Amino acid sequence: MDAESLLLSLELASGSGQGLSPDRRASLLTSLTLVKRDYRYDRVLFWGRILGLVADYYIAQGLSEDQLAPRKTLYSLNCMEWSLLPPATEDMVLQTSVVKGRFMGDPSHEYEHTELQKMSEGEKVFEEEVVVQIKEETRLVSVIDQIDKAVAVIPRGALFKTPFGPIHVNRTFEGLSLSEAKKLSSYFHFREPVELKNKTLLEKADLDPSLDFMDSLEHDIPKGSWSIQMERGNALVVLRSLLWPGLTFFHAPRTKSCGSIYVGTGEKNIDLPFML
Amino acid sequence: MGDPPPDPEPRPQQPSSRRSSQVSQRRSRELSQPPPTISEEVPPIAFDGRVLQSGQGILASQTNLQDWSSGPPLTQQEMFQAEEAQLGGVEYTSLNMGFQPQPYLEEGGIQAARNASLMLQQLQQGQGSLFQQLDSAYLETQPNFLGQFNMYQGEDLQFNQGALHGPYMRDDPALQYSPSELGFMPFSMEVPEPEPRELAVQNAKAYLLQTSVSCSLSLYEHLVNLLTKILNQRPEDPLSILESLNRTTQWEWFHPRLDTMRDDPEMEPNYETADRQKALFLRSGAAGEGEQEMEEEVAETAVPNIMETAFYFEQAGVGLSSDESFRIFMALKQLVEQQPIHTCRFWGKILGLSRSYLVAEVEFREGEEEGEEEEVEEMMEGGEGLDTHAEEEGEEDEEKVTDVIPKPTWKPPPVIPKEESRSGTNKYLYFVCNEPGRPWTRLPHVTPIQIVQARKIKKFFTGYLDAPVISFPPFPGNEANYLRAQIARISAATHISPLGFYQFGEEEGDEEEEGGAGRDSYEENPDFEGIPVLELVDSMANWVHHTQHILPQVRWGAH
Repeated sequence: MDAESLLLSLELASGSGQGLSPDRRASLLTSLTLVKRDYRYDRVLFWGRILGLVADYYIAQGLSEDQLAPRKTLYSLNCMEWSLLPPATEDMVLQTSVVKGRFMGDPSHEYEHTELQKMSEGEKVFEEEVVVQIKEETRLVSVIDQIDKAVAVIPRGALFKTPFGPIHVNRTFEGLSLSEAKKLSSYFHFREPVELKNKTLLEKADLDPSLDFMDSLEHDIPKGSWSIQMERGNALVVLRSLLWPGLTFFHAPRTKSCGSIYVGTGEKNIDLPFML
Repeated sequence: MGDPPPDPEPRPQQPSSRRSSQVSQRRSRELSQPPPTISEEVPPIAFDGRVLQSGQGILASQTNLQDWSSGPPLTQQEMFQAEEAQLGGVEYTSLNMGFQPQPYLEEGGIQAARNASLMLQQLQQGQGSLFQQLDSAYLETQPNFLGQFNMYQGEDLQFNQGALHGPYMRDDPALQYSPSELGFMPFSMEVPEPEPRELAVQNAKAYLLQTSVSCSLSLYEHLVNLLTKILNQRPEDPLSILESLNRTTQWEWFHPRLDTMRDDPEMEPNYETADRQKALFLRSGAAGEGEQEMEEEVAETAVPNIMETAFYFEQAGVGLSSDESFRIFMALKQLVEQQPIHTCRFWGKILGLSRSYLVAEVEFREGEEEGEEEEVEEMMEGGEGLDTHAEEEGEEDEEKVTDVIPKPTWKPPPVIPKEESRSGTNKYLYFVCNEPGRPWTRLPHVTPIQIVQARKIKKFFTGYLDAPVISFPPFPGNEANYLRAQIARISAATHISPLGFYQFGEEEGDEEEEGGAGRDSYEENPDFEGIPVLELVDSMANWVHHTQHILPQVRWGAH
């Protein structure tokens, strides 16, 4: 969620039950402003909170002018001092996919994972158990990246693409209408499109290239991995991801306010197909 | 533009009349008819396909007014001029009047109508700028048929009236356009010819003003709206948001603002919810007798102080927003008023796919069991009776068959009887509702088999209590039972308190006997002094479960 409208956004997203304590909120307001100044970001988003056993990580992200460019991720343990995280690479994701369980809460904690690796000495080839150390920071980076790629949401029309390339915030976005807000197809994944080119020409003909340049949530697998609810009558639409439980996206129809926050343990819900 | 000096006038009369006949025959949509037949055919719907054969007809020439498509402006003017001459004055006056009330005209049509009415007004005064109007009106597109039709409709009606008075009014000296007299305009048309540049401008404007069959808007109008919007709103950097603004303006044409008198259909659920929640708030302010009763029971109010607990939870970063907590508080108050409740506690919120559940943990007053329990038991007994019937029939059938089918020796494991109300897992009663303001529904008691199955499955809640739970192994019951089973498991596993906060109630009878059965009730320890926070955080030893675990055979017992 945007750091500028932090309080309102937290209020609207609180239906999931997890929020922030008042002291954290206050410190976030000040520290995020400082982050924006120091790192010269165009927009700073408060991404959310990953719960650990000993401590929680508070994550923020900074965006530049082009909204779809790779974002810089920062984390903090006390909402005051922020440290930059390295960008995620595929190796990291692969490496940390073997780590299961909760986050410890200590960024220097190392997970030990034993792997069988083939070593060859001379003519003999044998497998040896190698203990690989994986740092929690790496795991943090890859989890944040996975969550962003999988479930970051933005409503249709909030961003638009110019012919020159960069993607801008649409200042004339008035919010989705109520009938649109209840449909999953009016929400997009906030990432580079993956499925767009697979669409048939017939489908593409209906799309507006300046607005429909991202994948919509409609075709997510498994079907039904999003829970869409209206709260307060029809005044607020809340999308919750069932694949990464803890991700909440809210939008007040016919207004500009929207945002998402992740408060959870950072574990993917592998059991999803059985639970639906 | 304007007329050439009167000299060419007599000349074009014949060619123009010739032309007019050609034109009228060429066109396929002639509407008006000569006056004598108008009264018969004025149901003006029958517009199509009637080609007027009376090329010299006055009204045929009238239609030429609207035929913009033929000929360059100058000759057109001549044609108009000559044809105007032929038109009866009565028609003009009535036409003029007839043009005012035409609300059904579309936009482009309105322009044409306006121009036409202006035109006719000019006609009456003198033809000063008439042909200027004609010229710009000429530049309107031809497909604007509908507008023309509407105009014709009015005209036809007026013609009808005019027709009745026609022959007499024509001789009216006040009228200037009696065909016999019109050899030249009353005063000379000294309007000079349009400059080529001006003409180009007008052509361009006319092009912009054109509308298509599929859309009644012209590009001109759209651009006007767009620029007006930009100028009014003055956004920063308008060039970069030009496309979006364009799209929004276009969108607005198809989504007109709703009437203020009509309710916005999309906002209906909002208003309904607000009404329901308003009822919540109003109930809390019960007047008269309600207040007196409340005063008596003030010491024992069952409603917990939600706001206080919400405050503490908020410090921990957990909990709902403050206004939602307040609404839950109001809803609990409503529940306490409706049911005979001894103690009540807000247990929590369970998120579901379509709707969420708010759960309240409640204990009834002594002896206030609801009739539902008895009904359920009756139904069960009735079920058993049916079973025995079926068994008897089965036995009869088997006797008739020569081969006796071996009866299976398998007997289903005995059904663990469920714990009675107010004891064990069914110690508390749970009420759920979907949203504060909605009625509270009571959850049924949980049976041991349901808890056993609930341990084996993992499913999302949909939000509807009667939804089936489809799973493997199959869950005996619907979502209400599953919900109750989960609540029981959560309560048993997670209710903790600081050491010493609760003490076991003193019970009569031998402690030895009681020890085996387990200790059921606990109450607050009045001597509890509180453990300092540091000690509480340090180790887990200071925290204890104050409810008993559910054993594998699903009975409450010490762990």
